[in-house]
Amino acid sequence: MTAPTPAIEVRGLEKSYGRRRVLEGIDLTVHEGEALVILGGSGSGKSTLLRCLVGLERPDAGAVSLLGRDIFTAAPRELADLRQRIGMAFQSGALFGSMTVAENLELPLVEFSHLPESTRRIIVRIKLALVGLEGTEALRPSQLSGGMKKRAAFARAMALDPEILFFDEPSAGLDPVTAAGLDRLLLSLRDVFGATLVVVTHELNSAFAIADRIALIHAGSVLITGTPDELRACQNPIVRRFLDREAEPGPEHEGRLRELILGSEAPDG
Amino acid sequence: MPTGLAVRAQALLWEQLAETGRMWRLAVAAGRQAVAGPFRGQPFRWRATIAQLIRVGNQSLSLVALIAALIGIILALQSAYQLRQLGATHLVANLVAVSVTRELAPLMTAILVAGRAGSAIAAELGTMKVSEEIDALEVIGLDPVDFLVIPRLVALLVAVPCLTLFADLIGILGGCLAGVAALGLSAGAYTADSLSALVLEDIFGGVIKAIVFGGIIGLVACQRGLGTRGGADEVGRSTTTTVVRSIVLIIAADLFVTAVLFVR
Repeated sequence: MTAPTPAIEVRGLEKSYGRRRVLEGIDLTVHEGEALVILGGSGSGKSTLLRCLVGLERPDAGAVSLLGRDIFTAAPRELADLRQRIGMAFQSGALFGSMTVAENLELPLVEFSHLPESTRRIIVRIKLALVGLEGTEALRPSQLSGGMKKRAAFARAMALDPEILFFDEPSAGLDPVTAAGLDRLLLSLRDVFGATLVVVTHELNSAFAIADRIALIHAGSVLITGTPDELRACQNPIVRRFLDREAEPGPEHEGRLRELILGSEAPDG
Repeated sequence: MPTGLAVRAQALLWEQLAETGRMWRLAVAAGRQAVAGPFRGQPFRWRATIAQLIRVGNQSLSLVALIAALIGIILALQSAYQLRQLGATHLVANLVAVSVTRELAPLMTAILVAGRAGSAIAAELGTMKVSEEIDALEVIGLDPVDFLVIPRLVALLVAVPCLTLFADLIGILGGCLAGVAALGLSAGAYTADSLSALVLEDIFGGVIKAIVFGGIIGLVACQRGLGTRGGADEVGRSTTTTVVRSIVLIIAADLFVTAVLFVR
C-alpha cells in the first residue's frame, strides 16, 4: 500500500485524565481505502484514541491529520468541512431518539446539502437498503433491535458519502450470527464506497475478518501494527496473550478463587 | 466532625462556583452563537424553537392556570382577614392585583416551569449525552449549542413571560372569585378596583422578572443536561439538581430584580 497522502496520520498522541495516562505517544498511519482495525482490551485506550481521531477529545500533545489536514489547528470552518467528509457509527448507535430512522439519516443531508426533499428521501431509502433496513423509515430508534440500531447508525454515518468511516465496536453486544453479518456488511460498504475504514474493537473474530491491517493497542501505546497474518506470526508475549485469550497473570489467582468459592478448609487439589 | 463538615462545605462551595462558571460560559457561547451564527450561514432555528415553545407551553399551561387561581383565592382570603379589622375589605382587590402581578405570578410560574419543563430539558439532554447522541451531533458537524441549547433557551425566554401574563389574569380572576363568593364584594367593583390599582409598571416589572427567570431555567437545565456524565442514574441526578438549582437562583434573582425595579 503506497498511497500518496495517507487518509489519517497520527503523531505522538498523548492524553491523560487527571493523573491517569491513557495514551502514551500513539503513532499511526492509515492509507486511503484501507480497512484498519484498532484492537485492544478494555482500558487499553482504544476508545480514547478513536475520540481523538474524530476530534471529540483534545489530546494533551501530538497531532491528528485527516485527509491531509490537522484537525486541532484547523479553523472552525475548515473543521466543519472536514467533518462532512468523515462519518462515524457509535457503539450503541447514538441515533437521535426524538426522530424517526429516516429523519436521523436525513439530518446531515438537511443541514449540509442543498438537495430538495424528494432527492433526500431517495438517498435515505438507498442508504437504508444498503444496510438491509428497507421499510424502517417511519420507526423510532427505540423500536429497533440492537443489531438494527447499529445498521441504522452505519447508514447515517454514510449519509454524505464520507471518505473515512469510523466504527466504534460494531459487533459488541450482538449474537455471533448478527455480528458476523455486520462484519460482512462493513466490508461490502467499503467495497461499494471505496472509503477508508477505521474500526475499533476488542473482538478478535471481527478484527481478523475485517482488517487489512491491525493495530494492537496496549496500555496506551501501539504495540504492533501489521496484517492479520503478521499478527498471528508475532511472538511478542503480550500479543500472544491477547490473541490466545489468556488472562493477565495475577498473583495466586487460581488459589485465591478456590479459597473464595470453597472456603479456606477446602482440600488441596 | 467540625473539620469534616468544613471540608464538605468547602467542596460544596467550589462545586457550586464551578457549576455557575460553566453556566456563564454556556450563556456566553449561546449569546455569541445566536448573534454571530446567522452571519456564518447558520440561521436561527425558528422551527425547532417554536416546537420547544409549544412543548414548554403544553407542559406548563394547565398547571400554571390551576396554581395561579388557587394563589389568587388564597391571597384574597388571607388579606381579607387583616383588612377586615381596618374595615377596608374593598382593598382586597388592590392587594391581590398588585401582589400577583409584581411577585406571585412570575415567581410561581417560574418555579412550576422549572419543575415541569426545566427538568424535562435536563432529562432529555442528559439522556442524549449518556447515549452518545451529543457526540454524534458533533461528529456530524452540528454544534449542540446551536442545535439544542439556543432553541430551548429562547423558548423559555418567551414562554415564561407569556405564562406569567396568563397567570396574572387567572390569579386576579381567582381573587375576584373569592371576593364575590366569600367576602360579599361585587364582581364589577372588584374588577374596577383591580384595574385602577394596577399601573403598567407592576405588569412590566413582573414580565421582566419572568424573562430573567426563563433565562435561568434554560441555562441551568441545558448546562446540567449537557454536563451529565456516566449512566442513567446520573440523568436522574441532573434532573433533580436542575430543579433545585433553578429554584434557588430564581428566588435570589427575584430579590435582586425586586430591589432594582421596585425599591426606591
